[in-house]
Amino acid sequence: MKTGNAVAESENIVVETAEKIFADLADTQTINRDKEGKWKAPLWQALTEAGLPLSWVPEEFGGSGASMAEGFGVLGAAGRFAIAVPLAETMLAGWLLAQARISSPEGEMTVAPASPRDRITLNADGTLSGRARGVPFAKAAKHIAVLANDPKGLSIALVDAAKCRIEAGLNLGGDNSDTVTFDKVTPITTKPAPKGFDHNALLLMGGVARSLQIAGALESLLDISVRYSNERVAFEKKISKFQAVQHNLARLAGESAAALAAATSAADALSNATQFSDEVFLEAAAAKIRGSEAAEKGAAIAHQVHGAIGFTSEHILHRYSLRALAWRDDFGSESFWAVELGKLVASRGADELWPLVASR
Amino acid sequence: MTAALRFDPIRLPPECEQLRKEVRAFLAEEIAAGTFNPHKPNREDADAPGFSRKVGARGWLGMTWPKKYGGHERSFLERYVVTEEMRVANAPTRRFFVADRQSGPVLLKYANERIKMDILPRICRGEVCFGIGMSEPNSGSDLFAAKTKATKTDGGYLINGTKIWTSSAHIADYLIAIFRTSPSTKENRRHGLTQFLVDMKTPGIKVNPINQITGQSEFNEVVFTDAFMPDDHVLGEIDGAWKQATSELAYERSGPERFLETYYVLTELVRAVGDKPDTRSAEGIGRLVAQLHTMRRMSVSVAGMLQAGKEPVVEASIVKDIGTVWEQQLPHRVRDLAAFVEENATNRETLENQLSFAIKTAPKLTIQGGTTEVLRGIIARGLGLR
Repeated sequence: MKTGNAVAESENIVVETAEKIFADLADTQTINRDKEGKWKAPLWQALTEAGLPLSWVPEEFGGSGASMAEGFGVLGAAGRFAIAVPLAETMLAGWLLAQARISSPEGEMTVAPASPRDRITLNADGTLSGRARGVPFAKAAKHIAVLANDPKGLSIALVDAAKCRIEAGLNLGGDNSDTVTFDKVTPITTKPAPKGFDHNALLLMGGVARSLQIAGALESLLDISVRYSNERVAFEKKISKFQAVQHNLARLAGESAAALAAATSAADALSNATQFSDEVFLEAAAAKIRGSEAAEKGAAIAHQVHGAIGFTSEHILHRYSLRALAWRDDFGSESFWAVELGKLVASRGADELWPLVASR
Repeated sequence: MTAALRFDPIRLPPECEQLRKEVRAFLAEEIAAGTFNPHKPNREDADAPGFSRKVGARGWLGMTWPKKYGGHERSFLERYVVTEEMRVANAPTRRFFVADRQSGPVLLKYANERIKMDILPRICRGEVCFGIGMSEPNSGSDLFAAKTKATKTDGGYLINGTKIWTSSAHIADYLIAIFRTSPSTKENRRHGLTQFLVDMKTPGIKVNPINQITGQSEFNEVVFTDAFMPDDHVLGEIDGAWKQATSELAYERSGPERFLETYYVLTELVRAVGDKPDTRSAEGIGRLVAQLHTMRRMSVSVAGMLQAGKEPVVEASIVKDIGTVWEQQLPHRVRDLAAFVEENATNRETLENQLSFAIKTAPKLTIQGGTTEVLRGIIARGLGLR
């Protein structure tokens, strides 16, 4: 699928590389049949060889130094293939570490905290304390990039995942979403976060990453559902010929388009932002809110079109639908961001709403 | 794979921001001068007759048209900025909006040079009002069932029949209408209709206003009795109007007017809630603003495609589908939240009056200019389902 993504034509080569790897090594049918997860290691190796997990890390810190837009484009593609390895998480971790000029190690990483309610504390003795819930792929990660509060402000730390207590959990899509407890953990490196960096910056970056993944999954849900409706015969005709089915699929196209437009717009805004202004906040929060709403509506329609077959574990539909729904929960849910955005709009006042919306 | 839907993140170029400032300053002056009241969306636009000419004098009509015809050869994105600022301010655009958006481009493409030189500069000056004559008493969404007949006569055609739901016909100088010049054929039921420029001063045209549930009468019945249309008022191919309709839809269906019709209730809700909203209000407002922002970004994206010379018919239909459904639901969602607004909020009465009007307006939004059902049919075709 070559539907819209966040990058210009000239930047497509990175995205095409990712798509080729996904097509070769992450075929959804194959993955869905493989109960042992044998596909994971070759996929991760290929991604690593292409430099994709450290897309957002400059070369001086051990990464491949791709642009922000290219990285977001890769995540859109990852969503279209419902990729279930910690690619987005490692990209985010590398990006977070680079904010504090910390070099990224090799291997899988994740970030903490991944929920707006959790805080990790940097103690006076240099150790970390606290608990982070819903940390994606913590069980699979070798390292965790942590944003920690200290008395002077915020610090960014690189932590050996083996030193943390990790209780495994699963999200709706069956991927790890774990509770990580930092019990006086000594980080490998700790450095102060740059001026102006805060928890919202991490959550919004993670939120936009998830928005692109959701939009990608919705593109595939639309694609698969249209194809199925053109194959399945009922009442002596293809179900795609029933107006009720056509209108449902038209709505799915609308939801998919809305999620895609919001996510690519936010990715573009973040890629060109010099600071976390209200305008960038609107873009990022709106992408997560609207994308999550689209996931709910879109997944329901895709399942409706498929009927019972789409409810079976053998069918690939759930790989996209359940992940799109699961990704809503990470880095602040849509209801969390709606409250934050509503507060921002209210604090600016009624007559400043339109100037905010029409800012670009 | 399915049709590739694209909504690239268009950034408005710098000249748009300067223009936006000019439009805002102009509208603020007009509001201060009492030309219109931005808090009263239900005013009759006929109250502000001088407004169209002022907008024309600013160079904001026919913005994308050739200078030769009075246009300004500016971009679709610049026109977009003017349109959205006018809409958000509840400016009285009824008199010029259809001519500027739709009728002018049709004339540019299909009218002869004499007519173009005559009418287009007057549209640009804000002097003429256009309506669109499509629906008939027994053909609404089913456009190609139109029966109003154009019979060939010496030097032109005689028109007989009735158009209905014709917005602004009572104040219009011209209509662009479709009439039947031949019967449809077995192979093509869309065959046989021809597009005409109708001068409303022509003898044999009678306009009967129709009262609406909002208390307004913006639309009309237009009865033609042996009304004579000269040959050069035929626009495009005889019997081939259906070929001309589709590409224009992208212009008609994706603009800011397709999701901002009831926007004023959201502004007023934010005012009523104040700067320290409770969680319920904050969440409600946040979701509505996120939805609004997304639609605007989609709509701007389509404007960018139009500027690039593309014909994003499916994308435009998606914008109108989700945009009009949204603007229809908006007053109801605002009503939900308004139930918790303090009794003593200073703008409570304004909000209630606006809500009452917006809720009455809401049903038409998913009907006018292509129903939701028609739009979803177009989207379904784009998806390869038809």
